[in-house]
Amino acid sequence: MPVTPLDQLGREAIAKKGWFAAHKFLLARRVVQLAILGLFMLGPIAGFTILKGNLSSSLFLETIPMTDPLLFAQMLAGGFFGIASSAVIGAVLVFAFYLVIGGRVFCSWVCPVNIVTDTAHWLRRRLGIKGKTKISPNTRYWMLGLVLVLAVFTGTMIYELVNPVSMLHRGLIFGFGFGWAVVLGVFLFDLFIAEHGWCGHLCPMGAFYNLVGKAALIRVRAPRRDLCDDCMECYEVCPEKQVLPAALKGAKDGNPPIILSSDCTNCGRCVDICGVNVFEFGLRFNGSEESCSKAESGSCVKAQA
Amino acid sequence: MPKNNGHKKLNRRKFLADTAKTACGVGLFGLALGMYGKAASSLPATAIRPPGALAEDKFLAACTRCGLCVRDCPYQILKLAEFGNDNAATGTPFFTARTGPCEMCEDIPCVPACPTGALDHALVDITKARMGLAVVIDQETCIAFQGLRCEICYNVCPLRKEALKLEYRPNKRSGKHALFIPIVSSDACTGCGLCEKACIMEEAAIKVMPMHLAKGELGRHYRLGWDQKGKQGKSLVTPDTEHKFNLPEGVEYDYYGKGLIDKRQAPLTQPGAQVEKTPFSSNPLDTLNKGFKEVK
Repeated sequence: MPVTPLDQLGREAIAKKGWFAAHKFLLARRVVQLAILGLFMLGPIAGFTILKGNLSSSLFLETIPMTDPLLFAQMLAGGFFGIASSAVIGAVLVFAFYLVIGGRVFCSWVCPVNIVTDTAHWLRRRLGIKGKTKISPNTRYWMLGLVLVLAVFTGTMIYELVNPVSMLHRGLIFGFGFGWAVVLGVFLFDLFIAEHGWCGHLCPMGAFYNLVGKAALIRVRAPRRDLCDDCMECYEVCPEKQVLPAALKGAKDGNPPIILSSDCTNCGRCVDICGVNVFEFGLRFNGSEESCSKAESGSCVKAQA
Repeated sequence: MPKNNGHKKLNRRKFLADTAKTACGVGLFGLALGMYGKAASSLPATAIRPPGALAEDKFLAACTRCGLCVRDCPYQILKLAEFGNDNAATGTPFFTARTGPCEMCEDIPCVPACPTGALDHALVDITKARMGLAVVIDQETCIAFQGLRCEICYNVCPLRKEALKLEYRPNKRSGKHALFIPIVSSDACTGCGLCEKACIMEEAAIKVMPMHLAKGELGRHYRLGWDQKGKQGKSLVTPDTEHKFNLPEGVEYDYYGKGLIDKRQAPLTQPGAQVEKTPFSSNPLDTLNKGFKEVK
């Protein structure tokens, strides 16, 4: 099968699996993202508090504290060591959570900027904007280093003055000011200047969660990679396409059919978009492949035939 | 980690150039952020931190800008600074005394709500809070200084008579009334701002200022003699010899206002006292009419 033209993107998956199954994880992510935001906003809007605060620090049901571990690291870097227990417990809880389920799950399932940059990417595809500024994806680690080094030198959480992630989330709950301009800046940057520019190349929070998720248990797997028909649709939708080849095409190099790179955000778009069901969510262990005869899905059988 | 087969071979020149490019870009961003941060981290005088807030530089390292204090304030006076709108560091909590002062809840709910301790959990007595210091900043327009009765700042002060006292001073304009002057004591003032909110003027004459703006500081080498004397129970230096004027018998000097007291005069004015002989009569008319008698 030839490479799918852009305007045909997703047609095959929709035709074979139905619209909902072809957008299952996308919808689930939007529901989760909006639900988290909604729970935070419920308090101030409806006066009914389940989740209080914002992504920086919060309190769930008045008992479970959560604190962003990167902010916690900045606190230490800034020279504040007398941190109260709830922030310590909160940071450990959040850290442990992402350690297990995948650091960058934060990016694709929780972070509100994801909706902004996904929209930018969708629009970029729709408008056929090709302009690409080449930025190394590793720039984000430089940014992460910078954030921590600046915290050391200024003795404050200086990055929080401009962090678009916390600015957007806090802005929606507590009031924006001109913070929307920063978010708009990220949107336009992703739309016109660099594809997946912010989330995939620059965001230091992404870089941090990337490191947290190095050994995460939940990974996207490609157990039916034999079935891949090189339509390239997963490459088109994947926000971190560099993670795909090793799992998808790495059989000859002895790579297991598991996306092990922690760049992967576990967004599941590849699972959705694949017309032949190559991908699925699973654990990082046991790199066995399904042979096509074992696969039960119709597409597999059809492809085999 | 399995080998990544999709990567092109990098040559050293390209690698160094790319690294330098990235480092420069990130470095420039860092420089801009550092400069902006320096400007943005200066707290405007009108933005007051919640009770128990650490010193500003520590606070900015400790506050995650989560807004849990904002949520737990029953009077909803706290606000997270908005980027570009409020001049306090983006996302940090503050209140504005003139529009919404701290009501000084006894259980201080905002403080335990802080997950990090940027609001110091050691603060359990709200009267020990030092959010700022009220200053009677404009004595020219405060109507108390005009001799008008107001005292609203005094009356709303939660620590009336400790943090805010009234001092009576003579009204020199009328010559017979008193001025009721509000005096703030930094020993007790919490900086809650209720006085500033209540001030009846168009622009408040009493304002809560950050401590570092409101307070002077005596040179560290200064010792006030009378304090030291009180502590030691005796003078630390040789006591001054009592000052004496070289005055004639019966004349004294009062240091506290009366000035020269001539006791010699007193008996002279008494009826039947012997009148000192002078060439002049005590009756001024005698002097004025002196020549006329002789002409007659």
